[in-house]
Amino acid sequence: MVAQILFSMVLLTAIALFVRNVRRIVNAISMGRPQSINDQPALRWRKMLLVAIGQGKMVKRPISGFLHIIVYVGFLLVNIEMIEIMIDGIFGTHRIFGILGTPYNWLISGFEMLAIFVIVACIIFLVRRNILKVKRFQAVELTTWPRIDANIILLTEIILMSALLIMNAADTIILLRNCGIGVDCYSFLVSSLLLPIFNNLDTNTLIIIERAGWWIHILGVLAFLNYIPYSKHFHIALAFPNVWFSKLQPNAAMPNMPEVTREVEIMMGSRPESDAIENQGVFGAKDIVDLSWKNIMDSFACTECGRCSAVCPANQTGKKLSPRKIMMDTRDRAEELSLFKRLHGADSHDGKSLLGNYITAEEVWACTTCNACVEECPVTINQVSIILALRRYMVMEQSAAPSTINAMLTNIENNGAPWKYAAADRANWTKELYMNEVK
Amino acid sequence: MEETINKLKIKVPVMADLAAHGKTPEYLFWVGSAGSYDDRAKKISRAFAKLLAHAGVDYAILGTEESDSGEAAKRAGAEFNFQMQAIANIEVFKMYGVKKIVTCDPHDYSILKNEYAQLGAELEVYHHSQFLDKLIAQGKLKISNQYLASKTITFHDPCYLGRGNGVFDEPRNVIRSTGAHMVELKRSKIRSFCCGAGGAQMFKEAEKGKTEVFAARTEDVLEVTPDILCTACPFCMLMLTDGIKYKEKQEQIKVLDIAELLADALQL
Ligand code: SF4
Ligand code: SF4
Repeated sequence: MVAQILFSMVLLTAIALFVRNVRRIVNAISMGRPQSINDQPALRWRKMLLVAIGQGKMVKRPISGFLHIIVYVGFLLVNIEMIEIMIDGIFGTHRIFGILGTPYNWLISGFEMLAIFVIVACIIFLVRRNILKVKRFQAVELTTWPRIDANIILLTEIILMSALLIMNAADTIILLRNCGIGVDCYSFLVSSLLLPIFNNLDTNTLIIIERAGWWIHILGVLAFLNYIPYSKHFHIALAFPNVWFSKLQPNAAMPNMPEVTREVEIMMGSRPESDAIENQGVFGAKDIVDLSWKNIMDSFACTECGRCSAVCPANQTGKKLSPRKIMMDTRDRAEELSLFKRLHGADSHDGKSLLGNYITAEEVWACTTCNACVEECPVTINQVSIILALRRYMVMEQSAAPSTINAMLTNIENNGAPWKYAAADRANWTKELYMNEVK
Repeated sequence: MEETINKLKIKVPVMADLAAHGKTPEYLFWVGSAGSYDDRAKKISRAFAKLLAHAGVDYAILGTEESDSGEAAKRAGAEFNFQMQAIANIEVFKMYGVKKIVTCDPHDYSILKNEYAQLGAELEVYHHSQFLDKLIAQGKLKISNQYLASKTITFHDPCYLGRGNGVFDEPRNVIRSTGAHMVELKRSKIRSFCCGAGGAQMFKEAEKGKTEVFAARTEDVLEVTPDILCTACPFCMLMLTDGIKYKEKQEQIKVLDIAELLADALQL
């Protein structure tokens, strides 16, 4: 009874904390500018099915893609067992679904197999990160915290899965010893292999081990639940909506700014002056609040996997620009500013900004808009959209483009070409053009 | 080898002249700023004009009425500058009743197709790789010689053509139509590696780094030791030509646009 009350309290607290954490992220995302994304819903659902649920982009890198699918599927399925654990915990039952008989045996055996696969995959992941030092996990933006974060998650997964197996093994022996006196016995595929380790222990010790395994597993999962929103692992939740809301146009297509169209049309006389809007806010983005909510959501969905930077031509040739860093900076800044606003009121501002305090002009100008990062991202993040917003701010609000870019812009304005050539010479290439007549 | 008998002078048709005679050609050949002014890129425009003449395509250029597409301005974040160009160009298209456009520049192809459409332009836009592929399929450009059969050719996918807009097969079809042996670069198609010119990089100094993007890409090319490096973008052309020179391989590897390759194969 005490255990039941204790468990229920822990469960409720964990859920309440989780809800609060999620609300904070929602608040951070809603600091962004409005953007309506709801066209072509059928296509969006299909894309989400393929990319987020089906892991469509992960398989492009076969090794990590395959291992990730194991951890992903394993994690999802093993968590079905959480339902049983929760019911048992609240009502004081023991393996409530055991009444299913043999199918239960199969089910748990299946989960155990997955648990083993997950443990193996996590070990390989740890080795890749810490011993083999795969290049994309060694970049400068992966400072101490992001590296520890990844390792914490992997170790936690291993501990959770091990607790599950140990719990099952201890339980099997306890039940075996009481077999026949109104107790069903089961033995599960993987944990039965562990029996020799526990066989010599007396029943009381085994009960303690079984309970410990149970509590470690459930407390671990609940702790995990509350750790996730502080970690890159929130992608396991945000990947889904993020794919749903992702851009459906070709990679190269960049949205035009309707507020600019309005002004240009007024300037050109195809729209009445009375259409002009006062105080329409800044052009482009200097800080989080100038980005669209989708840009901010992208940053919270980022898994810090570094696939984007590994294919970025700027990054790979040693420039400071790293699309992963752009996303991590955006997230860090969003968290910082939303915390500040929570403490000092919604209208307050800490005087810092994404551009300048986090991302430098040098990074922003190194991008070739090649879209390799966008194409590579497993959760369909659009890094270029943020880079372009920052450029727009620098060009349109600060006139702070590199001088040769300014010269190019002036040339376009004056003579309709990015170079200093006369418009009258535009067709000179057609002069004296001859062709062989082929017989 | 076929016998060439005559030099024909090509007169590239201009929209305003045709309009003066009450004619509207089927296609506008959008030359773009690079193809109009850059000496190397002009050769691509000339090769493409030969192919158009050879295939008997009903087209015209805007000539001095063409203005910059605003592509580099757009990527640099100069949205005003871009939209001024775009809206003015769209007016010209409307004036001449332009419905279909073909261009050799993937940057302009992309911006005409995607961003101009957002501003209300109703255009069918083709990149010259798509256009040439179609002409070959229709039998309007027939290569019956073995002029390039002994050559090994590789292709660099321009970002704004391939990954940007999903055009991968057409330029390859054009290359294969010459009978040449084609090899793929290690990073190709959707995973192609940028030449370093896009996003307005063409108009600025590169930031400090270990190496230049064009040099890194040129190393991919050297790995497959082609006779000819083909591309389908005036900016890629400039970058990779520099890259090949920088690696001192200009004697061994020629850099050609697919239009130049085809015009060569047809001995135009
Ligand atoms: S679009 Fe920019 S940030 Fe993305 S890979 Fe290309 S150069 Fe890097
Ligand atoms: S932006 Fe995408 S590809 Fe880049 S690190 Fe984040 S999840 Fe990985």
